[in-house]
This record gives sequence, C-alpha cells and structure tokens, in this order.
Amino acid sequence: MYLAVAPFFILFIVFGLYPTLYSLVLSFQDWNGLGDPTWVGLQNFQKLFADPTFYLSIRNTFVIFALSTFPMLVIAIVIAAMLNSAVRYSTAFRIAYFIPNITSVVAMAVLFGSIFGQNFGLANTLLHAVGLPAVPWLSTPFGIQVTVSLLITYQWTGYNAIIFLAGMQSIGGEVYEAAKIDGAGAFRSFFSITLPLLRPTVIFVLVVSTITGLQSFTEAQVLTTTAGSTNSGGAGQGGLTMVLYFYQQAFGFNRFGYGAAIAWGVFLIVVVFTIISWRFTAGRKEEARS
Amino acid sequence: MTVLSRSTTAAPASRAAVTRRRRRGPGAPRVVLYTLLTVGAVVSIFPLYWLFVMASNTTSDIYKSPPVFVPGPWLFDNIGQVFDKIDFGGALLNTVIVSCSVTVLVLFFDSLAAFTFAKFDFPLRKTLFTIVLVTFMLPMQLSIIPQFITMTNLGWVGHLQALIVPAAANAFGIFWLRQYILSSVPDELMDAAMIDGAGFFRQWWTVCIPLIRPGLGFLGIFTFIGSWNDYLWPLIVLNDPNHLTLQVAMAQLNTTFANNYSMVMAGALLSVLPLLVVFLIGARQFIGDIAKGAIK
Repeated sequence: MYLAVAPFFILFIVFGLYPTLYSLVLSFQDWNGLGDPTWVGLQNFQKLFADPTFYLSIRNTFVIFALSTFPMLVIAIVIAAMLNSAVRYSTAFRIAYFIPNITSVVAMAVLFGSIFGQNFGLANTLLHAVGLPAVPWLSTPFGIQVTVSLLITYQWTGYNAIIFLAGMQSIGGEVYEAAKIDGAGAFRSFFSITLPLLRPTVIFVLVVSTITGLQSFTEAQVLTTTAGSTNSGGAGQGGLTMVLYFYQQAFGFNRFGYGAAIAWGVFLIVVVFTIISWRFTAGRKEEARS
Repeated sequence: MTVLSRSTTAAPASRAAVTRRRRRGPGAPRVVLYTLLTVGAVVSIFPLYWLFVMASNTTSDIYKSPPVFVPGPWLFDNIGQVFDKIDFGGALLNTVIVSCSVTVLVLFFDSLAAFTFAKFDFPLRKTLFTIVLVTFMLPMQLSIIPQFITMTNLGWVGHLQALIVPAAANAFGIFWLRQYILSSVPDELMDAAMIDGAGFFRQWWTVCIPLIRPGLGFLGIFTFIGSWNDYLWPLIVLNDPNHLTLQVAMAQLNTTFANNYSMVMAGALLSVLPLLVVFLIGARQFIGDIAKGAIK
C-alpha cells in the first residue's frame, strides 16, 4: 500500500518539497549558478523592497488582473445565465465557449500579437474602417496591459461561464417557483435568487482567477518578446508581470538568489490577495445571513 | 451571420419557449437570447477562423488594405515553409512523446495512490493525504530554480525526461480520483474480489480501474491539454534550439521570423489543431466533468 502512494511522495519530495526549501535557502544567497554561492543574509530582500522594477511589476500585474478579471466574471455570469435558460443547442454553445480555453496560450498570444499590430493589425484596420484613430496597442505600456488582458479574458471567460452554469444548475427549480408566485420577474429572480445562491461558485472562480491571474506569465512574455527585446515586458516594461520579472532575473540574468527572493515575494502577495478575495466574497455571506 | 442565425434559431426557440415559460416565467425574449449567445460563440471561434485565414494566405495579402477576410490557397505552402525553416516535426514529436508519457504516468500513479487513499486504512493515511492537499498550494515558481539546478546536476537539461519525470504524478489527480473512487467503487465489490483471493494490485486493476474509466478519461484529457500547452518549464529546461517542444518552438518561430506572418500563423495553427481534435472527441463529457469538479 505504501508502494502505491510512494511514487507521488518520492516525486513530491524530490521535485516539490526539497526545491521549495532549497529556494528559501537560495533567497539568502548570491549565486549565478556557477562557482560557489555566497551567503548574503537579508540583502536580497532589502534589495527587493527597494527595487522600483519589482514595484512596477506588481503594479502591471494588478492592472492586468483588474482589467481582465472583473469584465470576465461579469460576462461569464451573463453567458451562464443565458445558457441556463436556453434549451436548444446548449451542448454546441458550451463547446464553442470552451474552445478558447484549450487553445494554447502561446499560439493565441502569437495570433493576438498580429491582430493588435500597429499598422496592419485587424483591430486597427477595423477601427480605421469605422473612422476611429489607430490605437497603439503594443507600443505603449497601457496598450500592452489592455492587450494582455483581452487575451486572458478571451481564454478564460468561456471556462468560467461553464463553471457558473454548473453552479446555476445546482440551484433547485422550487426556489424559482416560489419567487414567481411572489411575483418576481426574470431579472428580479436573477438578482435575488441566482446571484446569492451562486456565491460558493463565485468564491471558487474568484480565488482561482486570483491565483492564476497574479501569476500570469506566458501571455505577456510571448506578446512582448521581439527579436530586439526579450523578457523586458515590452514598451515601458508595461507587460512586465511579477512572474515575468522573476523569470527575467533568475533565467535571463542567472541571478538565482535574487530570483528566489522575488519568487517568495510573489508567493506572499498571491497568498495575501487570495485570502482577501476569499474574505471579500465569503464575508458578504455573513451579512446576508444576519 | 447574425441575421442568418436569427432566422434559423427563432423557430425552435419559440417552441421551447412555451415549455420554459411554464417553469420559469417570462425570460428575455428568445430571439434576443439566441442572438446574443450566437454573437458570443462567434467571438469565441473567430480568432481560430482568423488564424486559418492568415495561415492560408500570403504575408502580402495579409498586409493589404483592406486585408483578405477569406481563406486562401497557400495553406500547404506555408506549412511546408514551417517545416523547412525549423525542426517543426521534431518539436511536434517531442510534444507528443512528453504529453502521452505524462498522461499515462499520471493516470497510473494517481489512480494507484487515489485507490489506496480511498479504500484502505493504514498508519499515517490522514497525514499523507493532508500533504497531498498542501502540495496543491505550492506555486511552480517557488521550486523552479532549485528544480533547474537538480536537472543540471542530473544532466537532464535539454532532455525530455526533465519534462516527464517531475510531472509523472500530481496532487490534483490524486485528490480528484479519490473523490471519484469514493462515490463509484462499492466496498462490496472489493470484498468479493478479496474473497476470490485478489491481492492489492488485482483489486486495483480488475475492480477499480473499470469502474472509474470516465474519471480517468477526464483526468487524461485534462493532463494531456496541460502538458501540451506547458510553456514556462520547457522554456527553462530545454536549451537546445533544435530540441524543443511545440510551444517553445512556436514562440521562437514568432520572434525569429516576425516578418513572415503567414508562415508563423501556419505554425500556430498546426500547434493548436491536434489538441482541438483531442478535445472535440471528448468535449461533451469533459466540459461536464470540469463543471462538476468545480462546484463540488
């Protein structure tokens, strides 16, 4: 029996527990991967707290997180509500909405890079066609953040809609019957029954979105990497997310010690904000009860 | 497009509306509902269509103003170029090897561990299972530098086992399959097998596995997609430009041949297609399971 659970635990110790502890040790060291590491005490963390680029990466990450997560959750709930009342073709719709989630981030980032290109991109061509000025999507920091957010929203809205839909379908029909007898219309039922009863699902989706959103890497990395600029986050470092900054320092410049310190910094930020977003949604439950 | 779908969906929708209206009261008018849903579905699918349009035209057609909006005849030309310029076949093969090995290993190890946690009592069971749950929470970037150092020491940098071995078992699969086994493998069957003299592995193979096949199907597709699309770790640990996975090769193709759009798009299309096929085979079941896992 121990033999059956052993493979996981061996892998976990070798590739999970040991590296995590080792990275804690590394964060107190200065090492470029060659030669001997030197012990520097808290220096990496002092540097981290004073590092303007780290703060910039935190800011970028949260801008992207806010721009993608909130529209995504609202649209996903609306789609789920529509799917919940539609009876025909629901499987076809669900598959269509889910497809963006299984297409690889790299391929979609490459595609979005072309759609949001400055001169010949589809987005600016369409804007031009309706008489609007071209938007510098990928050549300004905020433009990059918007494009990265659009990509994340594109890939995750349908997935979240499917989750919300499952949450909605687990709400019993009797509640709606009762509300109808009390004279509640469709919108009224949605806001006073569906949304409150959907809270556990909203908590789940928000927590997962926080964890993945604050650790976004691939979207920004692929969208901002050109032949001349690697891992720097593009124009004005607008696409430099926390994990991209970690990658740049650790593997672009071989700063293993400082990279480990960044990783722990990112971890703490993610933990704190996951708890906040959990409290934020779960906290309202207490209010509703009282 | 929307006009067309409006006229085709309105008829069945009104029939459905009659039955729905009895149950849930008047919702939004059916026509509006289906139109919105169709617009959303078109938005979801459009980027893939656009990818196909660009991959099947020439770069100068794409750069024209106004650009082409329909597929062209150059798809196989562009695909041919991808295979000429980089070792796309090799990258595809590497990705297939890694994704298949990881999937098989995960199904094997996770189902064994999940079976044990679900059906047997042994000392430290609770502690060990708690450890499984805690490992859920540990983010990749915490362990990634030391993991890279380990790979360097093992001499695995640049080799596929660096991608396969660390991913061969995971906490999510164990947790998920354990739930599945608890609800779908009855103890009586296990007892009957034991009376027939079946040992631990016989019970796992002849009783448990056949009963949890749908669960394994979900975990298999889930693992396969995740492994196929993995980017950060392969980017770090595969350092030989001629020996990459599809995702890393794709990103490289994009930076190296930035001005040959149609070829890059053909590469992107190729890297998405196999997964799309795998997904569409099991889509209905898969979407249902994803949702079930989330609201549990």
